[in-house]
Amino acid sequence: MSGDVLAITEHRRGDLRDVSYELIAAGRQLADALGGDLHLAVISGEVSDFADQLNRDGVDAIHTVDEGEEFNHDVYTQVITQLYDELQPGAVVMPNSVNGLDYAPAVANRLDLPLVTDAIDFSADGTLSVTREQYGSKVETTVEVDADHVALTIRPGEWPAAEGTGEAEIAAFDATIDESAVKSTVTGFEEVGGGDVDITEADILVSVGRGIKEEENIELVQALADALGATLSSSRPIVDNGWLPKNRQVGQSGKVVTPDVYIAIGISGAVQHVAGMKGSDTIIAINTDPNAPIFDIADYGIVDDLFDVVPALTEQFE
Amino acid sequence: MKVLVTVKEVAEVEDEFEIDGLKIDERYLDYDLNEWDDYAVEEGVQIAEENDDVEVVTVTIGPERAEETIRMALAKGADRAIRVWDDSLEAADFIDVATKTDILAAVVEEEQPDLILSGVQAGDDAFGATGVSLADAIGFEWAAVVNALDLDVESGVAHLRRELEGGIEELADVEIPAVLTIQTGINEPRYASLRGIRQAQSKEIAPKSLGDLGLDASVTESEITLTSMYEPESESDATIWEGSADETAGKLAEFLRDKGVGQA
Ligand SMILES: Cc1cc2nc3c(=O)[nH]c(=O)nc-3n(C[C@H](O)[C@H](O)[C@H](O)COP(=O)(O)OP(=O)(O)OC[C@H]3O[C@@H](n4cnc5c(N)ncnc54)[C@H](O)[C@@H]3O)c2cc1C
Repeated sequence: MSGDVLAITEHRRGDLRDVSYELIAAGRQLADALGGDLHLAVISGEVSDFADQLNRDGVDAIHTVDEGEEFNHDVYTQVITQLYDELQPGAVVMPNSVNGLDYAPAVANRLDLPLVTDAIDFSADGTLSVTREQYGSKVETTVEVDADHVALTIRPGEWPAAEGTGEAEIAAFDATIDESAVKSTVTGFEEVGGGDVDITEADILVSVGRGIKEEENIELVQALADALGATLSSSRPIVDNGWLPKNRQVGQSGKVVTPDVYIAIGISGAVQHVAGMKGSDTIIAINTDPNAPIFDIADYGIVDDLFDVVPALTEQFE
Repeated sequence: MKVLVTVKEVAEVEDEFEIDGLKIDERYLDYDLNEWDDYAVEEGVQIAEENDDVEVVTVTIGPERAEETIRMALAKGADRAIRVWDDSLEAADFIDVATKTDILAAVVEEEQPDLILSGVQAGDDAFGATGVSLADAIGFEWAAVVNALDLDVESGVAHLRRELEGGIEELADVEIPAVLTIQTGINEPRYASLRGIRQAQSKEIAPKSLGDLGLDASVTESEITLTSMYEPESESDATIWEGSADETAGKLAEFLRDKGVGQA
């Protein structure tokens, strides 16, 4: 596989997102393995400001593309293909974020590159080997990429943020945007899930997941939360089912919470859930499945049926 | 108008399982309709209910066993189904995004849909890429992670919301023909009614080989090879309380009291 790496940074509403700095660490790791330079691209928005912030240790070049204010996948796809043609990198590395999912597969298709998404690690000696998870983090797999060029997306939160001040060469890249091929328009942003409680303020969260099975059973967990003086939160399926309002959802697309105590009840610990609660001080999991990924990040656990444990626990506090 | 919904049958792994080479041993797998596709099917059926002359067709890459799952989608209101499979697909350890894209693009060529709905990701391999890759391959517009859709058939625009991280939604307009990848929560997927299940028995599931689609085994060739599958080393240093439910609840209660919880 040829040497240079092109990493595509991400920002939203005027701020670089954390994954941009993680892309530097991941991109550097890959560029070292391939024996090449790390190039960053920063597309749309205040590109010069962003480039200054991104100029950290390990970055060789930053290409700024001053096109539009916010992310637009039609623009991103065009810009990245043009940058790719100019730089001919061995790998294009993109974030496995919601916006990454909205352009990375198109970039890979347009450039005819093999695509591996949601990488959690990789190694390269001759061939590139990428580690991923499958079946809701129950198994890990490695895939080998037998090609000179590849498109990769990396899981946010898996690499450390790059630090230090770098000496990258910063230059504007002149992309030619075919406006007739821009067929999507972002018309605005909206914050969702205000409402009655702010789960990010709670010291103790009792959080319920799909293991609760029926809407009526939520009462059981609510009773526990009441007895503990805690706030009730949940994983996504509970909100999708309309059993709790959106402002109770913990996770990537919900709220990021950092309570003193987080009790995860019947929650498997999918990556998008963990993204929202891994910073909790003490994590306690109650789950029938001893292999549930939630136990990997829990401090304490009970492997048992929540329908037996939760009422017993509530009783202790009544 | 025609809506094509990509539907995948995914394997769910039981609590205890064993890996056999590059696969989880069949004994530990339960098959079901991919969670995200269930919402995509519902969205397609709702579009058909709200507009005149809409046909909803599902397409699946999968073995004959998948027909059970496909019937569920038909029972929920899809009009007919296409299932693509043959020996060369059966022989592949791993079907990558590019292969899926080529196969689905050939189906699109035959079906000429106006709108394609797919799930954001599949619960098993979690690549999250097929819909957008397909869109680019067939020259359709697209949007990923759509959690609200208001389709204006007259003007050919999909007004939609994309669910970004951290409780922020993006509002966007996308011209159709388009591929939208559907996020859970966009609607409430219906249960198949008894009547629906009965009707589904007489709906068509058209099996197609690669040859039927004008493709050959070369589409299954991939630069990506699955080389290992294993249970991740547990990073857990969790203290697991043992005993009956009363005992473990007692230990947890003691721990929480020590932390000052529930003493208000
Ligand atoms: C783009 C994107 C964004 C997402 N954002 C979020 C997000 O913000 N938040 C979020 O939570 N998810 C999010 N998800 C969804 C995520 O992938 C998972 O589907 C979800 O977190 C699973 O929720 P769960 O753990 O409650 O359910 P499951 O994964 O179904 O787990 C249920 C658990 O309950 C256990 N259980 C079952 N019965 C019992 C019992 N009687 N007693 C004890 N335990 C029992 C099971 O062993 C299992 O571990 C997102 C997904 C995508 C693709």
